[in-house]
Amino acid sequence: MGLEAKFMNEGFLTSTVDALVAWARESSVWPMPMGISCCAIEMIATAGPKYDIARFGSEVMRFTPRQCDVLLVAGTVTYKMAHVVKKIYDQMPEPKWVIAMGVCASTGGVYRSYPVVQGIDTFLPVDVYVAGCPPRPENLLNGLMMIQEKIKKTKAREFQNIPMLEPVKINGN
Amino acid sequence: MEIRERIEALLAEAFPEVKFEYTDFRGDLRVLFSKEHVIPVCKFLRDNEELAFSMCEDITAIDWARQPNRFSVVYHIYSLKNKYRLRLACDVEEHEAKIDTVTSVWKSANWYERETWDMYGINFEGHPDLRRMYMAEEFEYFPLRKEYPMIGIPGDQPLPKK
Ligand code: SF4
Repeated sequence: MGLEAKFMNEGFLTSTVDALVAWARESSVWPMPMGISCCAIEMIATAGPKYDIARFGSEVMRFTPRQCDVLLVAGTVTYKMAHVVKKIYDQMPEPKWVIAMGVCASTGGVYRSYPVVQGIDTFLPVDVYVAGCPPRPENLLNGLMMIQEKIKKTKAREFQNIPMLEPVKINGN
Repeated sequence: MEIRERIEALLAEAFPEVKFEYTDFRGDLRVLFSKEHVIPVCKFLRDNEELAFSMCEDITAIDWARQPNRFSVVYHIYSLKNKYRLRLACDVEEHEAKIDTVTSVWKSANWYERETWDMYGINFEGHPDLRRMYMAEEFEYFPLRKEYPMIGIPGDQPLPKK
């Protein structure tokens, strides 16, 4: 056969660059924790020792969007907050993913009323919706694993040449 | 003598020209009077040595959806000395939705009045900083008025572009 046969028993593995890069990406999905209401408590529980999100390589919750891969919107997004969420999403480097945790972030949930955005997919591209009010930590981990499945299918060059965003004016939002 | 009887007696003595209506709900006293007298009455309740309502706990409003006297502005005040809570209410018309501010009496009224302005559009005249509290500055409606739909009006609050 080809290379695999040649390297057999020599301590080497063969793979493709795409698979290797996707594997590396998928194993360290750092979340940006947007814990903006009660769902945040379950998100914190997920990071704690009992559910231990570190098993999936996502224990590094950085409070700066510059170092994050997945935006974890855990809570009720109001119209005023939507601009903040979007601004944080825009600051995350590509490639990036979004989890809408809980029914509030997914659809507005029980808050079918004027100040609450009826689902963050009205202004963000959402990859995974996690159902529940609040979702149990297992459910959030399931959502994270679905993101990992999604990343596994990506090719490294998909994320080349993504155009830069226009710089944002400080005062004009 | 019971504190509520003292309140009635002292108010009648200090403001003979004002009509006070007292109602009682589960032991909580509510005083309704006309809105022109809101500042003197509040000042009196605060400064009277015996009553000493030194604390303004909340100011809000009710939209009764009726004419006349569409709104009531409600003041919740508390006397630390007597451990007694009192509600004051003044009716406000729809076409003239305004009342004098009581920020000169209790400083804590500042944000409560801003909140009431934000939600009901009742103008507190003489307020030092009557800006919106919860809703965005450029929002055009008053969401707790009965004619405002529960789910809002499509497009009244901007979302970021996708
Ligand atoms: S989905 Fe439920 S738990 Fe989560 S933010 Fe909404 S109300 Fe709170």
